[in-house]
Amino acid sequence: MAEISLTDVALGDDRQKVLRRFTLADVLFHRSTQAAAILVLVILGGVMMSLVVGSMPAIRAFGFGFLTTESWNPVTEKFGALAPIYGTIVTSLIAMLIAVPLGIGIAIFLTELCPPMFRRPIGIAIELLAGIPSIIYGIWGFFVFAPFLQQTLQPWLINATKHIPVLSSLFAGPPYGIGILTASLILAIMVLPFITSITRDVFETVPPVLKEAAYGVGCTTWEVVKNVVLPYTRIGVVGGIMLGLGRALGETMAVTFVIGNAHRISESLLQPGTTISATIANEFTEAIGDVYTSSLIALGLILFIITFIVLACARLMLLRLEKMSGG
Amino acid sequence: MDLYAGRRVRNKIYMTLSLAAAVIGLGWLVLILGALLWNGFAGLSLAVFTESTPPPPGNGGGLANAIVGSLIMTGIAVVIGTPIGILAGTYMAEYGRHTTLTTVVRFINDILLSAPSIVIGLFIYELFVATMGHFSAIAGAAALAVIVIPVVVRTTEDMLLLVPNQLREASSALGAPRWLVIRKVAYRAARAGMTTGVLLAIARISGETAPLLFTSLNNQFWSTNLNAPMASLPATIFSFALSPYEGWQQLAWSGALLITFAVLSLSIAARILTSRSGS
Repeated sequence: MAEISLTDVALGDDRQKVLRRFTLADVLFHRSTQAAAILVLVILGGVMMSLVVGSMPAIRAFGFGFLTTESWNPVTEKFGALAPIYGTIVTSLIAMLIAVPLGIGIAIFLTELCPPMFRRPIGIAIELLAGIPSIIYGIWGFFVFAPFLQQTLQPWLINATKHIPVLSSLFAGPPYGIGILTASLILAIMVLPFITSITRDVFETVPPVLKEAAYGVGCTTWEVVKNVVLPYTRIGVVGGIMLGLGRALGETMAVTFVIGNAHRISESLLQPGTTISATIANEFTEAIGDVYTSSLIALGLILFIITFIVLACARLMLLRLEKMSGG
Repeated sequence: MDLYAGRRVRNKIYMTLSLAAAVIGLGWLVLILGALLWNGFAGLSLAVFTESTPPPPGNGGGLANAIVGSLIMTGIAVVIGTPIGILAGTYMAEYGRHTTLTTVVRFINDILLSAPSIVIGLFIYELFVATMGHFSAIAGAAALAVIVIPVVVRTTEDMLLLVPNQLREASSALGAPRWLVIRKVAYRAARAGMTTGVLLAIARISGETAPLLFTSLNNQFWSTNLNAPMASLPATIFSFALSPYEGWQQLAWSGALLITFAVLSLSIAARILTSRSGS
């Protein structure tokens, strides 16, 4: 503050004035920062409120049955959320099944195996990739990956599992290219950098002394990872996985391109399906009538509640880890 | 000796698996970037930046209106979101460091940070579009601002917490009031980190598609009217990629390349900024 020169301070009256101005400014600044902090809470409350209000017509029309009905018929205005909920959960779970072992594997590679020279560049590359918008993964999946799967992996899967009882129905039917499996694979690629960078960060919180002690008594690298690193970071890794899961559940663009948007639950993973977010993205602007729009908002509410729970658990776990390593 | 051999073999197996994971994971991502560069550059020309999106069947034309639309909405979102985010972060790190409010806000903010962006789109739809009765660029910018805020809150708080307390104590001892200490000392010390936060927020929203689909919608024509639907790069990519016209699909690839390029350069800039000030 250039205007507060020494002469101001020296003069009694002016000094009073300056002090009063200082106090006033301090109160103002304090209150405005506090208001902004409260606004963050208001936003979350607003999201919740608007979704609840918006989905009221659908809740009134279908009640609890909304969650357990598979049919989605805009013509007769009968809507049920079961197919999108199923699709969301199945695609996310398959994605996590693929991305978690890969992510942990890469994190082990980065923290234990990788020559120090490459450690930083690879780590940075992964962090940069985690920031690439999901629509990029979506467009790649649609133009490159889905046609590729249609010609290679899917026919092979159908043939290879033809005579195996459970698997044959899991991988039944014509290879469309798009479908639940393709969406899951794209999701896996998308959350991979995310899970990797969190897991790596968590692995790096292990005190070197612990690892050195284990190496000192003759452990192999794998034994150090299994007996020291993983137990020490268990909570953090699970927290990171849950964060990734939260991301996968709510992911829209990467999935919308390749899921096929079919409101049915089919046994086969090769058939088109839909997820909550893909349904909203595909149909919201075309929805006519209150019940249709409101059903889509109700889907959004369900998605929000699911992700809220998952993310809250993830944060609580990571928080516990922070306390552990901080204390 | 058998025991040792077994352990060594097991170690070999798992380490090979870990190496394979790294190769598969990174290779996959390289494949995506490769396809993006290959297809994106194929259609990149001056026209992409100077001409508006073409009508069907989509020959010629460019993405000028979508690029400008994205810039306008991103700009407004940052102008709205940054001050709110910085103020909230300031409260959490400076005035209310140990209050319950801070703990709650930190928790909620972390959830907002990774909340599905399509839900935020629905929220803004209910708040703006449903009440105004039409889609508008303002609604799109508001949705993006809601995404900016948690990113900026998080980095601002983190960066201010890194500022050594002695700096604050020293300036307080000189008689500076709290707001002056924060603005002249804490902000200055944390400036690089806070700028990084804003850059990361811009990177985050420049590729966001879901919240724009039903707030700013899309617009095939040149428009800078904030009260009307506005084109944006992500929304244009979405509709063009799913179209049957080859010209449109090509433009979608070029747009995807532009977004990736923007996002990567922003994140790299942010990284350089932190590493410079951090040393």
